[in-house]
Amino acid sequence: MGNLFHRLGSPRPFYEISGIVLPSVGILTLISLAVGFIWALGIAPPDYQQGHSVRIMYIHVPAAIVAQSSYMMMATAGAVFLIWRIKIADMALQCAAPIGASLTFLALVTGAIWGKPTWGTWWVWDARLTSTLVLLFLFIGVIVLRSAKEGSESVGRATAILAVVGLINLPIIKFSVDWWFTLHQPSSFSLTESPSMPPEMWLPLLVMVVGFYLFFFFIWTYRVRTEILKREHRSQWVRSIDDI
Amino acid sequence: MIFENLTDFGWMGGHGPYVWSAYGVALLIIGYNLISAVAHRRRVTEMNQKRRSQECDS
Repeated sequence: MGNLFHRLGSPRPFYEISGIVLPSVGILTLISLAVGFIWALGIAPPDYQQGHSVRIMYIHVPAAIVAQSSYMMMATAGAVFLIWRIKIADMALQCAAPIGASLTFLALVTGAIWGKPTWGTWWVWDARLTSTLVLLFLFIGVIVLRSAKEGSESVGRATAILAVVGLINLPIIKFSVDWWFTLHQPSSFSLTESPSMPPEMWLPLLVMVVGFYLFFFFIWTYRVRTEILKREHRSQWVRSIDDI
Repeated sequence: MIFENLTDFGWMGGHGPYVWSAYGVALLIIGYNLISAVAHRRRVTEMNQKRRSQECDS
């Protein structure tokens, strides 16, 4: 196992191994998202207070969870790059950023759409919403900074530092609903206060969370493979690949 | 199915516009990620091929 991780740290084995795994991940992503969409839209019950608007939860919650996880993963890659200078960690960071940004955007937009019928407003400047907006800005900052000079190690290090420093925002998002009074809390409270969310609701939610994680992993792997082809274009093994 | 007919499914007790727009945005984001990743791959592949043919010419 350790050997596998060691090998995945080099571009060529990563490209070869990920090429074997990627089709199955794609199929699993498609299945879980299709099942999740149908279950969430047509089978899951309406909420006794929120009615059918609760269906937005099946998009909003997975998008927010995976957005934060992708930041975590991006910052971890940044730390690995700073400490061990592994090239592929820099690529991992770079490729996670646009996906994380788009998922944070999705969480914010679906949150606004859900907020209107539930709270009566699209947006409030409270802790949970504002810290999630900061997460979006951090992702955008990483994308912009990393694109300053492609493949440059010093830019890679600066980007990694930004990503690691930005980690401070994650506990702020998580605990914002406990530390400050926010509009977000009462809403989620109504779902979590009851002994447990009924399985008719948490099961489709779980399927969607798994689907979103798989989707992230699929696109991220695909993007890292592209980045390898781009940065390693001089190496013989990349030249020998014709059907890319 | 929790809904009796398609009209109910579309209307969702008045929440239809919210629910459907949220799912629409989700599909757009999924589609955007797929298309931009594939487009980027194409650009990189073309650039690599161009570089290779230039090397052959020189």
